[in-house]
Amino acid sequence: MIKVENLTKRYAGTTAIRDLSFEVGQGEIMGFLGPNGAGKSTTMRILAGFMPPTSGRASVAGFDVFSQSLQARAHLGYMPENVPLYNDMRVTEYLNYRAALKGVPHRRVKERVGDVQELCGLKDVEKRLIATLSKGYRQRVGLADALVAEPDLLILDEPTIGLDPNQIRQVRELIKNLGKQHTILLSTHILPEVEMTCSRVIIVHKGRIEACDTPENLLGQIRQAGGVVVEAKTGSDNGVEELKKISGVRDVSSDVAGDWKTFSLRVESGVDVREEIYRLATARHWTLRELSQRRATLEDVFVEITHTEVSA
Amino acid sequence: MRKFFTLLGREVRSYFYSPIAYIVLVFFLLVCGVNFYFQITYMNQRPMAYTVEEAFFNNVFFWFAFVLIFPLITMRVFAEEFKLGTIEPLLTAPVRDWQVVLSKFFGALIFYLVLWAPTALYFLFFERVTHQTAAGSWGAYWGSYLLLLLLGSFYISIGCFASVLTKNQIIAAIISFAVITMLFFLGLIQFIMLDVSSSMRDVLGYFSAIEHMGTLSRGIIDTRPIVFYTSMTIVMLVLTHQAFQTRKWRL
Repeated sequence: MIKVENLTKRYAGTTAIRDLSFEVGQGEIMGFLGPNGAGKSTTMRILAGFMPPTSGRASVAGFDVFSQSLQARAHLGYMPENVPLYNDMRVTEYLNYRAALKGVPHRRVKERVGDVQELCGLKDVEKRLIATLSKGYRQRVGLADALVAEPDLLILDEPTIGLDPNQIRQVRELIKNLGKQHTILLSTHILPEVEMTCSRVIIVHKGRIEACDTPENLLGQIRQAGGVVVEAKTGSDNGVEELKKISGVRDVSSDVAGDWKTFSLRVESGVDVREEIYRLATARHWTLRELSQRRATLEDVFVEITHTEVSA
Repeated sequence: MRKFFTLLGREVRSYFYSPIAYIVLVFFLLVCGVNFYFQITYMNQRPMAYTVEEAFFNNVFFWFAFVLIFPLITMRVFAEEFKLGTIEPLLTAPVRDWQVVLSKFFGALIFYLVLWAPTALYFLFFERVTHQTAAGSWGAYWGSYLLLLLLGSFYISIGCFASVLTKNQIIAAIISFAVITMLFFLGLIQFIMLDVSSSMRDVLGYFSAIEHMGTLSRGIIDTRPIVFYTSMTIVMLVLTHQAFQTRKWRL
């Protein structure tokens, strides 16, 4: 559905993305993950036909996004970051306008707009001016707009940014359901989102692809690299110093609540330090209340990847 | 074609959604009304060699109101879309760039025509009330309003071009106001520089909107300004289209 080869985009002075290559197959939900400024939006804007790449090529549904831009654009629904909308229009009016612009046949406009309003929960605000809508509703209007012409591919740039937790859950559910009929490329810097919704993940950092795999495989790679949580009464000891001396421990942070200290340890891949910690605790006469291994999350994968990048 | 009309519909409606449209309408018609009243009062006091209709279109009131409206009409057309970011959903929909440019141009032109339409009533009322003719012939009306259309197209295309260059509406307005004012009053140079050669005067006269209005409002339909303004409008629209496309490379 999407094919990207050696895509590079340079702005005056900076390179937003360099040499990006990836493919997204029919029916996949691809997560595009990276810190702010990693080049996610740039890539999506190029794919949506909004701006041309400096070099390389990209195609959507078999159409080159630059030389066959119009056909490519007809196959995708794009929701830009921050969802710019015409504030002077009403919700239904705006969606009617967008549907006509995207070539939805005249007699089907009403039905399609009704459907997407239903789907995105816009029924109760359909007559409101867009200017008066809250952030969450604006986001939904943007999503409804992306869906209105029944595109094969959805490109969603930060679809849950600025929403409250309930709305985030709703949008995630919606995206999961949409994934049954559409191919989706969504960007985010919120990790659990990707873990919950996506079938594959691309991690970009500083304009490069750092990893591309299923969330499970990425987690598997560094299953051990998670962390260990220790809660103990250390008496007169500082605790952090002693724990740092254990081989395999990369980093210790502590949190004090009364007598009890909670230590979070980041450890190297493939090392289990719990036994060492137990020995240390008995040797120093610490009272242990918790000693557990935290399950690795994509957060760890992310930190791992971006961390090595920084130290390299 | 349907996409073009969809875009055009939104453009025209967007004028009437904003209070600016009504303020421009009210004040423009106020100035025109005052202008009309002054001309009649003035002409009432002495015998004149020209008609009410000629007087209305050939005086300072008309000129100033005329050059002022274009920046107000056109400053927002592109600049606002760039500023709000709505250009992004617009250009990622399957529409062609020229459809966007032409819809903006014709949207502004339609609003401009709505602005002028009520002035035709002035002459109708005048003839009803005074039982005098306001113009020498029907041709004089045709000529005046034809020139308004031609000049309007040209100046609106200049305004569109200025608006595509920036995302700041004020900057767009200042650029178009400066250019339009200079073009409009170019013809007056011949009265200031008395020593310019006669061939130079002819050239300046060819560009002079004031001179064109003098001829056409008498009912003399000259084809030279028709060709001139039509071709210049097309040139400006092509430039606007080019500038619009290059903006995409620099976003």
